[in-house]
Amino acid sequence: MKALLSGNEAIALGAYHAGIRVATAYPGTPSTEILTELAKHDDIYAEWSTNEKVAMEVAIGSSYAGARTIVSMKHVGLNVASDPFMAVAATGVNGGLVVVTADDPGIGSSQNEQDNRYYGKLAGIPVLEPNDSQSAYDLTMYAFELSEKYDTPVILRSTTRISHSKAVVETDRERPQNLPALGFKFNAKKLVTLPAHARELHKVNVERLRKLAEASDEYEGNEEIFRSPDFGIITAGISYQHAMQIFPDASYLKLTFSYPLPENKIRDFASKVKKVIVIEELEPIMEEQIKAMGIDVEGKKYLPLCGELSADIIRKAAKAADWPGNLEHNDNLEPDYFPPRAPALCPGCPHVGLFYTLSNLAIRRADDDKKLIINGDIGCYTLGAQPPLNAMDACGCMGAGIGYSQGMYHAGLNQKTVSLIGDSTFLHSGMTTLLNAVYNKAEGLTIILDNSITAMTGHQPHPACPYTAQRKPTKAVDLVAVCRALGADSVETVNAFDMKALKDAVTSNLEKSGVNVLIVMGRCAAINKEGRGQKMFCSPFDCVKCGTCLKLGCPALKIGSNGTVEIDQDLCFGENCAICAQVCPKHAISKLDGGN
Amino acid sequence: MDIEHGFDIVLVGVGGQGVVLASDILSEVAMRNGYDVKKTDTLGMAQRGGSVVSNVRIAPKIYSPIIDRGDANFLVGFEKLETVRYADMLRTDGVTLMNDSKIDPVSVSTGKGEYPSDQAIDAEIAKYADNTIKFDATEKSHELGNVKVLNTIMLGALSFFLPFSVSKWNEVLAERLPAKVVDINLDAFKAGRAIILDIISRAEPADLSGDVEEEKEENNQYYM
Ligand SMILES: Cc1ncc(C[n+]2csc(CCOP(=O)(O)OP(=O)(O)O)c2C)c(N)n1
Ligand code: SF4
Repeated sequence: MKALLSGNEAIALGAYHAGIRVATAYPGTPSTEILTELAKHDDIYAEWSTNEKVAMEVAIGSSYAGARTIVSMKHVGLNVASDPFMAVAATGVNGGLVVVTADDPGIGSSQNEQDNRYYGKLAGIPVLEPNDSQSAYDLTMYAFELSEKYDTPVILRSTTRISHSKAVVETDRERPQNLPALGFKFNAKKLVTLPAHARELHKVNVERLRKLAEASDEYEGNEEIFRSPDFGIITAGISYQHAMQIFPDASYLKLTFSYPLPENKIRDFASKVKKVIVIEELEPIMEEQIKAMGIDVEGKKYLPLCGELSADIIRKAAKAADWPGNLEHNDNLEPDYFPPRAPALCPGCPHVGLFYTLSNLAIRRADDDKKLIINGDIGCYTLGAQPPLNAMDACGCMGAGIGYSQGMYHAGLNQKTVSLIGDSTFLHSGMTTLLNAVYNKAEGLTIILDNSITAMTGHQPHPACPYTAQRKPTKAVDLVAVCRALGADSVETVNAFDMKALKDAVTSNLEKSGVNVLIVMGRCAAINKEGRGQKMFCSPFDCVKCGTCLKLGCPALKIGSNGTVEIDQDLCFGENCAICAQVCPKHAISKLDGGN
Repeated sequence: MDIEHGFDIVLVGVGGQGVVLASDILSEVAMRNGYDVKKTDTLGMAQRGGSVVSNVRIAPKIYSPIIDRGDANFLVGFEKLETVRYADMLRTDGVTLMNDSKIDPVSVSTGKGEYPSDQAIDAEIAKYADNTIKFDATEKSHELGNVKVLNTIMLGALSFFLPFSVSKWNEVLAERLPAKVVDINLDAFKAGRAIILDIISRAEPADLSGDVEEEKEENNQYYM
C-alpha cells in the first residue's frame, strides 16, 4: 500500500511492523510523533516516560526481557539518557533495541545544534541514517535485525528534515501474527557491569565493532550508483536528496549504514572515480574517517559546519569549489526587510501574567547589581525572555535553572534570584535539583508554571496528568505534595489569571527566607477549550493609548487605526483569561457584552 | 509549469491558520493522482503564532523536499505580511494567491515595527513575479461562519490551477477532517474555487498567463 508518511510516521510504522512490544520516549522536537503514532496501537505498550534517561532504562529492561523495543528522543535527549545508553552499549541486548535520535540541524526548535552520529562512535554501536520516509520505514526493520544479530543497540539517526517531511512510502510489510516468546536470559557476566565483567565486555564490544564494519560493507542499502568516472559523491541522510538536485549525473556512494563505514566499498568507489567529495550535514564525521583511510576527499572545506544543508547551499559550495553540476539557477534578488513574526505566547496563555508580574517588580527594574535575576528553563515559557516581557536572564537546558540559582547563591552573589520551571520540566529533571537546594541550604524561590501539560512539544501528558500516552486513566501526582516531600520550607499555589493574587504571591514569596516553591496554576490555552467565556473588548472612548496592556505581548491586542487598542476577536481567548482587563489602568477593557 | 516538471508550491501563513493541514491535504490529493510528492514544513519554535511555511513538491520524481528560492510555481499566502516575506521563493512566471487580510505580528502591535503598506507589498512581490491574485478569504470564512475554514478556502482557490479533479479533493477533505466540519469545509473549498473563477472571468485575458487560461476551461467542468 502507498501512503504519504512523515519520517516519524514511517519509523513508527516500521517499528510496529517489526513486531515491537514496547515503545518509550520523552517528547522533544523533532522526535515526538514517533511515540504519538505508536501509542495509537492497542497491541503494543507505549509510554511517555518522565525523562529520556528513564525512557532508555525502561527500554533496556524490555529488551532484556526479550521484547523488540524502540526508544525515541530528540538529540539533546540522548545527552540525558547517555548513562544507561553507554551501559547497554556495553552489555548488548536480548530483544532488538533501537534508539532513535532525531537531530535538529538548523535549530528549528532546540537549544543547540549537535551531531549525534558521534554517539555511535562513542558507544561503538551502529548508526543508520534514513534519507527519506521510505528509507526510514525500511531501515527501522533492518535496525531490529542488526540489533539482534550483533547483540547491540542500534542508533537510528533522523533529522528534522527527515522526521518532519512527508513522502510516499510503499508499506509492504505486516506485523507478525505471533511474536517470539519472551524470556530473560540469566547471565550476570553480561548484564551486571561490575568492573571485572565490564573489562571483558569492552573486549567483546571492540570485536563486535569489527564485525559490524564487515556488515556495513555487505549491506546492500550502502549503495553504489555509478554514472561518471570523473566525479563521485559519498553521502548519507537527507544530504543525498539535496545533492541529487545539483549533481544528477555524478556517481554516488549513498550510505544508510554510516557507522562503522563500509571501508572496502569506499576504497573501491574512490579507485573508480577521479574526484570524490563527501556531502554531510553538520560535522565532518565521514570525511575525517575517509581521510584517515588515506583517501583524498573534499567536503567541509566548502560546505558549512553549521545549519541545515539545502540544494541552494550545496550549489554555492559547488561554485566555489568548482564541482561539476547544475549550477545555473534563477537567483532572485534578496528580499526586503519586513517586521519579523516571532513566535509568541498564545492569547490566553497562563504564563503571561507571571512574566508581566515579574517584569514589573521594583527589584526587576533596579540597577544590574541589584536587579532580580530570573533563571529560566525550557518550554513555551522560554518565550517570556523575548520583548516585551524580557523576563528571563539565563536558560540552558531542561532542569538547569534551579541549579543556576543555587550556584549564584553559593558563590555569594548579593542579589535575589528566582528560578522558573514548567511542570513537565520540573518532573523531568527539576526534582533532584530542588532536593539539592534543600539539602545544601540554597535559599531561594522556585516558581513552577503548572499548565497541566507538556505544551511546547505539542501537548503530551506528564506524571501530574491523570491519563497516560495511551489515554488510560492513571494516578496524577500532586505537585504540592512532591515539593513538600522534597523538603521545601513552603509550598503555595496561585491562580495564573488573577493578577492581584499573582503579584502578592510573588512579592511575599521573594521576601521569605528558606527554600520556597510557588506553583502558578492555569491550564494551557490550547487544552483549555471548555472555559473561555465572552471575548474581551476595548472601549475606544476609555482607552488613553498608554500602551500598558501591549506590554503583555498578547497577539490579540493591537493598535487600531485611531491609535487606541483593538482586540482581535478571532484571536482573543476570552474572559477566563482577561489579564489585559486587569492591567488596564483605565478599566477600558471588559467583556464584549459587559460594556459601560 | 507542466506536469513533466511538476509543481513547486509554497504555502505560508501564521501559526494557527491551518497551513500545515492544507499542505497535507494538497500532498495527499497529488499522491492519489499518481505523482511523487514531498512536503516539508518549517514551523519555527513550535507554532505559537510565528510564521509557518510549507513546501509541497509534486512531480514524477522528487529528491529534496525543500523548494529552492526562485523555483516556486505558486505562492499561496494565508496572510499578507507572510506572503510578501516569502515572495522571493517565486519563479518569474510564478503565481501568487494572497489572502488580502492582515494579522499584526507582536513586533507591529507593540509599535516596534510597521506593517508594510499594500503598495510596498505589491511592489515587493512584483520584483519576482507578475501574477498576483488577491482576495479576502478571511472575510469569506466569517461569511461561512468559521474562521477555521480559511485554509480550505485557500486550497479551493489553488485547486483551480492544478490538474486534480474536484472529486479527489472532496474525497481527501472528507477523510482528513473531523466528520462534523466536513460539510462546511466542502462549502469553503467550493467558495475558494468560485472566488478565482469570478476574478478570472472578470479579468482581461492579458492579465493572466497562458496556462491559467487553458486550465480554466478544463477546471470549470469539475466545478459543476
Ligand atoms: C532533554 C530535553 N528533552 C526534551 C526537550 C524538548 N522540550 C522542550 S521544552 C519541553 C517541555 C516543556 O514542558 P513544560 O515544562 O511543562 O513547559 P510548557 O511548554 O508546558 O510551558 C520539552 C519536552 C528538550 N529541550 N530537552
Ligand atoms: S501552547 Fe499553552 S503554554 Fe504554550 S504558549 Fe500557548 S497557551 Fe502558553
